[in-house]
Amino acid sequence: MSNQAGVLSRRTIDEKELALKRQRKQSITSYWVRGLALPASIILIWELAGLFELISATLLPRPSEILAAFRDLIVSGELFSHFTISLLRAIGGFLLGGALGLAAGLAVGFSKRTEQTLDPTLQMLRTVPTLAVIPLFILWFGFGEVSKILLISKAAFFPLYVNAFLGIRSVDSKLFDVAKVLQFSKWKQITTLILPAALPNILLGLRLSLGGAWLALVAAELMGSSEGVGYLIMDARQFSQTSIVFVGIIIFAVFGKASDSFVRYFERRLLKWRENYIG
Amino acid sequence: MTLLDLNDVSKRFITEKGITRALDDIELDVKKGEFITIIGPSGCGKSTLLKIIAGLDTEHEGEVLLDGDAVLGPSIDKGFIFQEPRLFPWLNVEKNISANLPVTKEVKEHVRELIKLVRLEGFETAYPKELSGGMAQRVAIARALLRNPKVLLLDEPFGALDAFTRAHMQEVLLDIWQKNKTTMIFVTHDIDEAIYLADRVVIMNARPGTIRKMIPVGVTHPRKKTNADFQKIRQQVLTEFEQVEHGKSLAVSHS
Ligand SMILES: Nc1ncnc2c1ncn2[C@@H]1O[C@H](COP(=O)(O)OP(=O)(O)O)[C@@H](O)[C@H]1O
Ligand SMILES: [Mg+2]
Repeated sequence: MSNQAGVLSRRTIDEKELALKRQRKQSITSYWVRGLALPASIILIWELAGLFELISATLLPRPSEILAAFRDLIVSGELFSHFTISLLRAIGGFLLGGALGLAAGLAVGFSKRTEQTLDPTLQMLRTVPTLAVIPLFILWFGFGEVSKILLISKAAFFPLYVNAFLGIRSVDSKLFDVAKVLQFSKWKQITTLILPAALPNILLGLRLSLGGAWLALVAAELMGSSEGVGYLIMDARQFSQTSIVFVGIIIFAVFGKASDSFVRYFERRLLKWRENYIG
Repeated sequence: MTLLDLNDVSKRFITEKGITRALDDIELDVKKGEFITIIGPSGCGKSTLLKIIAGLDTEHEGEVLLDGDAVLGPSIDKGFIFQEPRLFPWLNVEKNISANLPVTKEVKEHVRELIKLVRLEGFETAYPKELSGGMAQRVAIARALLRNPKVLLLDEPFGALDAFTRAHMQEVLLDIWQKNKTTMIFVTHDIDEAIYLADRVVIMNARPGTIRKMIPVGVTHPRKKTNADFQKIRQQVLTEFEQVEHGKSLAVSHS
C-alpha cells in the first residue's frame, strides 16, 4: 500500500513539473507574442492601407515596397558602398574625438593643475551645440571629409571627457588610504586603483560618445555629401523615392542600436564585479 | 624586547570650533609578539593613536619608534586593518591579497598559505560582493599579513560583525597570532573582546585622550569567558570604567 502511495505521489510530482514546464514555455511564447503584437498589427494595417490606396505611396510606401527597395539596394551593391563610407566616417570621427576626450579627461582628472588650465575652456566649448558649428566647419573645411570627421569628433569628445574626468575624481578616498598603507607605487595606484574605479564611468562615456558620433554622422551627411547613407537619403528625397529614405533611416537606427549593444556587452563583461549590476 | 616605543605622543586638532586634545602625553612600550588591546570611550583618540603609529598621521608631538627607527610615514611594516574591509571591488580574493605585488611563484605560494590561515579555501576567485562581512575582513587581514608586517594595527575590525561571526573572527585572529607571532595592537569598544584577546589591556580616558591604566591579562590560552580569572579581570576593567567620566557610550556586552 505504501508502495502504491509512493507511485502515486511520484506521478503527481512529474505531472506538476510537466505542467510547470509547459507554463514556462507558454510564458516565453506569450512574452514574444505580447511584445510583437503591436508592431505586427501596425505593419499589417499599414500594408493593407497602402494596398487599398488609402495613403499615398510617395508619402508612406508599403512595408513590402520598402523591403523591395532594400533588396534592390543590396543586389546592386549600392547599399554596401554607402554604408561602408558612413561607417568609416563614424569610426574615424569617433576614434579621433573619443581618444582625445579620454586623454583629456584622464589628464584633467589626474592633475589639479591641468584641470585649472584646461577645464574652464573645455566646459565653455561643451555648451556649443554640435549642429550650430556646422556652418562654420563648412566655411573652414568645405563639404569634404575633414569637416565631417571633425564634426563627429566634436560630438564624441565631450561625453568621454566629462565621464573620464568624473570617474577619476570619484574614486573612494578610503581606498587611497589602503593604497598608502600597502605602499603602492604611483604606477600601481593608477593601474590597480584609479583606472579600475573609473572604468564604469569611462564605459558610460564611451556609450554616450558612440551615440553622439552616430547622431553627428547623420547631421554631417545630411548637410551635403556625395556618398554615404545620409547622401542616399537626401538623393532619394529629391527624386521622391520614399522607400529608399525609409531604408536609410532604418539602417541608421539599427546600427545605432547595434553599436550601443556592443559596448554594453563589454560593460557586462568588464564590470561583473559590480555590486549593483543587474543583468 | 621592545618593538614599538611611543614617547610623549600628543595630538591636537585645531578647527573653527576650537582645539581638541585628542591625545596627551601617550607613553607606550609594546614588546615583540605582544597582543595589546586598547579600549576606551568613543572619541578618546584610539583611531588617532593607531593612525599615528601607522604613519598615516605624522603631524603630532612626541616620537614613535618602530624597531628603533622613527615612523615617518605609512609602510608595509605596519599593517592596518580598518573597521570596514576596504577591499578592491574589482579584484577577486587572491588578487586583493596580492594587490600591488607581482604574482611570482613565491607570492602565489604565500597567498595560498594565507588563504588557508584565514580559512577562505574555495573562495580564491570570488569577488568581494560575494563575501560576507567576516570573510571580507579576513581577506583584509591576509592582505596585510602577506607583507610580513612587524606590527598589525586593527581599528575596531570586528565592530560591524554579528556576535557569532565576531567570536569566530577572534578565534581566527588568535590562531594567526599564535602561528605567526605577529605583534598586534587591537582597538575595540567591547570589554570582553579586549580581555579575551590581550596580553595587556590599555584603558584610555577621553578629552584629553590619555592612558588611564594598563591591565595585564595573565590567563593562559585557550581562554574561557566564564572562567573565574577572566571574570576577575573583567571586574577590574569595569571598575576602571565606572570611574571614567565619559564612559557612558562604552558598549559592555553581556555574555
Ligand atoms: N580630522 C579631525 N579633525 C578634527 N577633530 C578630529 C579629527 N579626527 C578626530 N578628531 C577628534 O579627535 C578625538 C579623537 O578621535 P578618534 O581618534 O577618532 O576617537 P576614537 O577612535 O577613540 O573614537 C575626537 O574628539 C574627534 O572628534
Ligand atoms: Mg575610532
